[in-house]
Amino acid sequence: MVAVSWYLALGAVLFSIGLVGVLVRRNIVVMLMSVELMVNAVNLNLVAFSNLHAHYTGLVLALFVIGVEAAELGVALAIILAWHRHSGRLDADSATLLKG
Amino acid sequence: MIADQLLWLIPAFPFAAFLVNGLLGRRLTKNAAHWPALAAVGLSFVCALLVLRNAVEHTAWQVTLFTWIKVGAFDVPLKLSADPLTAVMLVVVSGVSFLVHLYSVGYMHGDGGYPRFFAYLSLFTFSMLMLVLSGNFLLLYVFWEAVGLCSYLLIGFWFHKKSAADAGKKAFLVNRVGDFGFALGILLLVVNTGSVDYQEVFRLAPQLPQATVTLICLLLFVGAAGKSAQFPLHVWLPDAMEGPTPVSALIHAATMVTAGVYMVARCNALFTAAPTAMQVVAVVGTLTAVMAAAIALTQTDLKRIMAYSTVSQLGFMFLGLGVGAWAGAIFHLFTHAFFKALLFLGSGSVMHAIGGDCDITRQGRLARHIPWTTTTFIVGSLALAGIFPFAGFFSKEMILGAAFAGHHYVLFGFAVLAAGGTAFYVFRAVFSVFFGLRDADALHPAPAVEAHGGHGDAGHGGHGHGGVHESPWVMLAPLVVLATMSVLAGWPLEHGFVQFLGRVLPAAEHGAVPGALAAEALAIVVALGGLTFAWVTYQKGIVDPDRIAASWPRLYALSKNKFYIDEFYDATIVRPLLALARWALRFDLDVIDGIVNGVAATARGWGAALARLQTGRVRDYLLFMALGLAAVLGVLLWR
Repeated sequence: MVAVSWYLALGAVLFSIGLVGVLVRRNIVVMLMSVELMVNAVNLNLVAFSNLHAHYTGLVLALFVIGVEAAELGVALAIILAWHRHSGRLDADSATLLKG
Repeated sequence: MIADQLLWLIPAFPFAAFLVNGLLGRRLTKNAAHWPALAAVGLSFVCALLVLRNAVEHTAWQVTLFTWIKVGAFDVPLKLSADPLTAVMLVVVSGVSFLVHLYSVGYMHGDGGYPRFFAYLSLFTFSMLMLVLSGNFLLLYVFWEAVGLCSYLLIGFWFHKKSAADAGKKAFLVNRVGDFGFALGILLLVVNTGSVDYQEVFRLAPQLPQATVTLICLLLFVGAAGKSAQFPLHVWLPDAMEGPTPVSALIHAATMVTAGVYMVARCNALFTAAPTAMQVVAVVGTLTAVMAAAIALTQTDLKRIMAYSTVSQLGFMFLGLGVGAWAGAIFHLFTHAFFKALLFLGSGSVMHAIGGDCDITRQGRLARHIPWTTTTFIVGSLALAGIFPFAGFFSKEMILGAAFAGHHYVLFGFAVLAAGGTAFYVFRAVFSVFFGLRDADALHPAPAVEAHGGHGDAGHGGHGHGGVHESPWVMLAPLVVLATMSVLAGWPLEHGFVQFLGRVLPAAEHGAVPGALAAEALAIVVALGGLTFAWVTYQKGIVDPDRIAASWPRLYALSKNKFYIDEFYDATIVRPLLALARWALRFDLDVIDGIVNGVAATARGWGAALARLQTGRVRDYLLFMALGLAAVLGVLLWR
């Protein structure tokens, strides 16, 4: 039995890697992948606590998150695809139409 | 009843003519604009005569056309009323207006604004007729303002000329001062009697406290002084001569300026209840009569002399009203309308003949060129001077007699003095222009032809005929009619007129005053003296006017410069007001606008600064989110 703190530590590391990835990378696809990393770090925490408390709510919530995640990815990839077709680029910094 | 229909028809005709010429003048009527106007005023005149006949039989009647304003118990209908006073005014206004319309056909011929001129003239006639027909004070006030507007429009008819535009503005502003008092007077009436209806107000007036009635009367008289050019609000009338001459004749001599006299006579029930106000009216009237006559002595422009003469004669009318000679004042208004319109139209005819403004010191012996104008002008002058048996004699005697009989000996003395001055200044003009020592042909022979093309004030389109020439028949016919009236309006009408008006106006308390006959004789002698003095000075050259002027330089300068009243107003009112206006402008631009613009600039500055955060880049937003998240976490963990 691995202590829950290890799971939490791994989750924190994954979340941080994802956060840094979102902030520093400019490729939209890579940023999306980093977001996935962050979401799954949270999922890991949910599952870890679910296991610790021997209760399935955390597990169910993680499954929900994965489902919502899939839908979100579908929308996000569609937008990225449309943007790519429109401008021929994948650089997030090139999309500044909403500049104030 | 047919008489009821007549009342609203009288103003309706000119209003229709105004609409036709005002709306379609530039496209449709153009140089035929005089036809609708003439027809309308002619029909009004016929209706006015019918109303006069009806008034002789039935004295007074009213027509309520519709409810105009109704707020609770305060009810103002559009009510027309007719009585002998109204009937006389209607006949004078529509009659003189018709003749002036006719005269204008010749005088304004070829002017660019021909239809506009007739539109304004019709609008004025409509307003003036409504003014005298009004059955309540509110309606009176509305048309009181309307005639003021027409006056403004017509004085400034040649608006491209700065002096004309300025004169129009001046007339309007000075009238506003008077109208302000008038409005206050009417408001005070409403507050105290709860009504604006003539009959209601005059019924309740004697029950009001003495002080209130006096105040109301004085305020109403302020309005009358503004409209009828009484001291100290007379300054606009002489300047109003910048307008076309027919306008001067119609509005600034015969009709509109008498609105104040009419109004005071209409309010006789109020004024008789306020003896102090009557005193003020009489004193102001006399003062104006003397002062204007004194100014007219030294003026050199023919129209200006006539303008001051009008101010002076209006002063006589107010003297008559003030001493209780109500019918006498209205009789003088009646005769004055004819002979003063005649004199103005005659002046216009002279100006038409010489092709420009008439400076009496640069004219002479025009009689042989323009015999008709000369003859009619002399008739008008004799009437104005009050020489027997011309119309002005009877009306002026009536006023002077009433002043003497009412024991107003000081006022009587000054009025006689003014009458003497009147005779002198008008015949000074007559002898200088039509006869005299100079010959205009010898003075400036060549320019007479040259100046003709421009035609100056006459606004005449240059006919190509040279030299001094008589006016066309459309201009002479009104002169002849008015000259006839200036003779006939006197003794044949005197007795009946006073009796007729006596039905609505209180009679002057004529007692058998010793010396009354001598007083009247004195007035005649003084008038004849003035005439004779003008004759020996300007016709015979026995007395040199320049030497007289040189022996009293101060007095001469006072008269010549119109007692410096314009300069006084300029220094005490116009300049301080202008300075205040300039200061207010700076305050508005710098302080008020500064605050408003400052607020806007601040908001814009902040907006510009904060807009930089909105980069449009997703990663920046994410960074802000992460930083915010970190800050929240930090706060949570730290505590």
